Amino acid sequence: MPAGAGQGDCKVRGLLAFLLMVPMLALASGAELHLDKAPDRANDMGALQNGAKVFVNYCLNCHGASYMRYNRLKDLGLTDEQIKNNLMFTADKVGELMKISMQPDDAKAWFGVAPPDLTVIARARASESGSGADWLYTYLRSFYRDDARPSGWNNVVFENVGMPHVLWELQGEQVMGEDHRLKLAKPGKLTSEEYDALVADLVAYLKYMGEPISEFRKNLGVAVLIALAVLFVFSYALKREYWKDIH
Amino acid sequence: MAAGNLDKYKSDGTKLGNLLEWVDARFPATAMWRQHLSEYYAPKNFNFWYFFGSLAILVLAIQILTGVFLVMHYKPDASLNAAGVPVAFASVEYIMRDVPWGWLIRYLHSTGASAFFIVVYLHMFRGLLYGSYRKPRELLWLVGVVIFLVLMATAFFGYLLPWGQMSYWGAQVIVNLFSAIPFVGPDLSVWLRGDYVIGDATLNRFFSLHYLLPVLILPALVVVHLIALHEVGSNNPDGIEIKKKKDERGIPLDGIPFHPYYTVKDIVGVVGFLMLFSVIVFFIPEGGGYFLEYNNFIPADPLKTPSHIAPVWYFTPFYSLLRAVTYPLFGIDAKFWGVVAMGAGVVIFFFLPWLDRSPSKSIRYRGPIFKIFLAIWVVCFFILGYLGVLAPTPGRTLVSQICTVIYFAFFLTMPVWSKLDKCQPEPDRVTAK
Repeated sequence: MPAGAGQGDCKVRGLLAFLLMVPMLALASGAELHLDKAPDRANDMGALQNGAKVFVNYCLNCHGASYMRYNRLKDLGLTDEQIKNNLMFTADKVGELMKISMQPDDAKAWFGVAPPDLTVIARARASESGSGADWLYTYLRSFYRDDARPSGWNNVVFENVGMPHVLWELQGEQVMGEDHRLKLAKPGKLTSEEYDALVADLVAYLKYMGEPISEFRKNLGVAVLIALAVLFVFSYALKREYWKDIH
Repeated sequence: MAAGNLDKYKSDGTKLGNLLEWVDARFPATAMWRQHLSEYYAPKNFNFWYFFGSLAILVLAIQILTGVFLVMHYKPDASLNAAGVPVAFASVEYIMRDVPWGWLIRYLHSTGASAFFIVVYLHMFRGLLYGSYRKPRELLWLVGVVIFLVLMATAFFGYLLPWGQMSYWGAQVIVNLFSAIPFVGPDLSVWLRGDYVIGDATLNRFFSLHYLLPVLILPALVVVHLIALHEVGSNNPDGIEIKKKKDERGIPLDGIPFHPYYTVKDIVGVVGFLMLFSVIVFFIPEGGGYFLEYNNFIPADPLKTPSHIAPVWYFTPFYSLLRAVTYPLFGIDAKFWGVVAMGAGVVIFFFLPWLDRSPSKSIRYRGPIFKIFLAIWVVCFFILGYLGVLAPTPGRTLVSQICTVIYFAFFLTMPVWSKLDKCQPEPDRVTAK
């Protein structure tokens, strides 16, 4: 390429970079929802098993996980027997989907809205404000007493939520203070640290359930990239060999 | 192209040789091989930008291959299953969980859709840089723009199939646009949907078209595109015709056989592309919410309109053109003129070969006006794309209106400024990098 053209390209590139900056500054968006960071427990089998236990005990009565099979929980280091004895309350066969017996139409009539399926909720709740796990971790710790709501509960993250605070016995009752901060008015069975840890386990499980393959996917990805890198070296050497006569 | 060697293959006595002679006597296998590969002379100075044509074919192959396997498990059915989830949505999660390697096939396909547009946008930009649409390659360019249109339609139809909230409401917004057309609009949009709202009928016809377009129409158009390319010969970063300087056998002095030189070079490009592609597929398949939108993990709900409906990133520049038009004109709704602007934003590419009057084709020898205008246009294209993702505010709408004016002004005033621009003299022969 002639030298003159090269300089022109540089100027153009500089101009391009500058012009790209302008709208970014002008359009910087305003206040966003503040979410607490969910602890990463993707590789902590104990936490995931505990999360699964909390899930089937507290969530899997109103919410289904209808794309998830019970025997998939073997991913978490459990055996079919352990799954059957500890986690299956409504299903007979370990290959069944994690469905609930409540009919969607009934649920709608009773709650005003059918409780959503939770299989992929950790993926659906992701946003610019944070990951889906962050949203769930914050949400499950942000319920407070609100007598104006039919259920008696409201939530900071999900305003006028239809769901009551199912884990209230564990967390206790929070109220909204004058300073718009939540305060624990009545303690529950767990301390606030214990409750946060329990929610973290549950959220880790929900994240796992959203994409059970994700850890395997990343490990496979490393192998694929290494293989492709080797192939790249050889294909580049082949190209060099063929092209050495071309000037 | 150079006078092709159309001799039939004569067997060297081996079994394979005999077979090839038998075939060649009945089908122009050797002639086609020579015409399109071993004796197709491409300029020797292709640079980085010339990888994207072959990569587009690769991505098309990936999409067709993964698509065929997805169809074996996917169900285009909007009715609710016993758990109250649409069958189509549940079948995608079935692929992700219960079909062996289904998650990989699905991620390859969903990432492939975005990769297709990245590759095609870069391929088209290469055309802008080096004037690849100029005479004698006008028809080649026109076929390319048709391919781009069909690609957009294919992507639009395919995006409905997972039947998530963004699938549903994105399709609703786009099909509703047709209702803005005076007189026939409302009837037309009902005819397109097969219903008064997006529903099972729409899902089924989109599924049908999402198979027809990429499996039959796109490959056919790609063949036409390649035949046209091999008829006129490839352009190159210098924008000069290598056929003007030939040796005594009629072979361009600056041409080299596509095979083996560019086949081995394109293999390097393919492996490099696959590395980047794998990073997305294996580590960030959601692409930060741009390749798989977060809201699309919620099943379609006709009664719950999301607060913000954004199309997938590859449509957002054109979606911004649509939203930028906020004034009614001639007593017709602004929405209609928005649709016109969006359509014109794509259709204007058809006219490019006749809008450009510059004496040189390549940016290397074109003057400062082109360089600056092209840079501004690219920036506007990015801004429009970025704004298309966001919810509109008065400030953003104003920015998108300015960018829309610049977007069209670039093309419409091109016949004037492309003639005025001070070009540098072109070399006789291609320059090595």
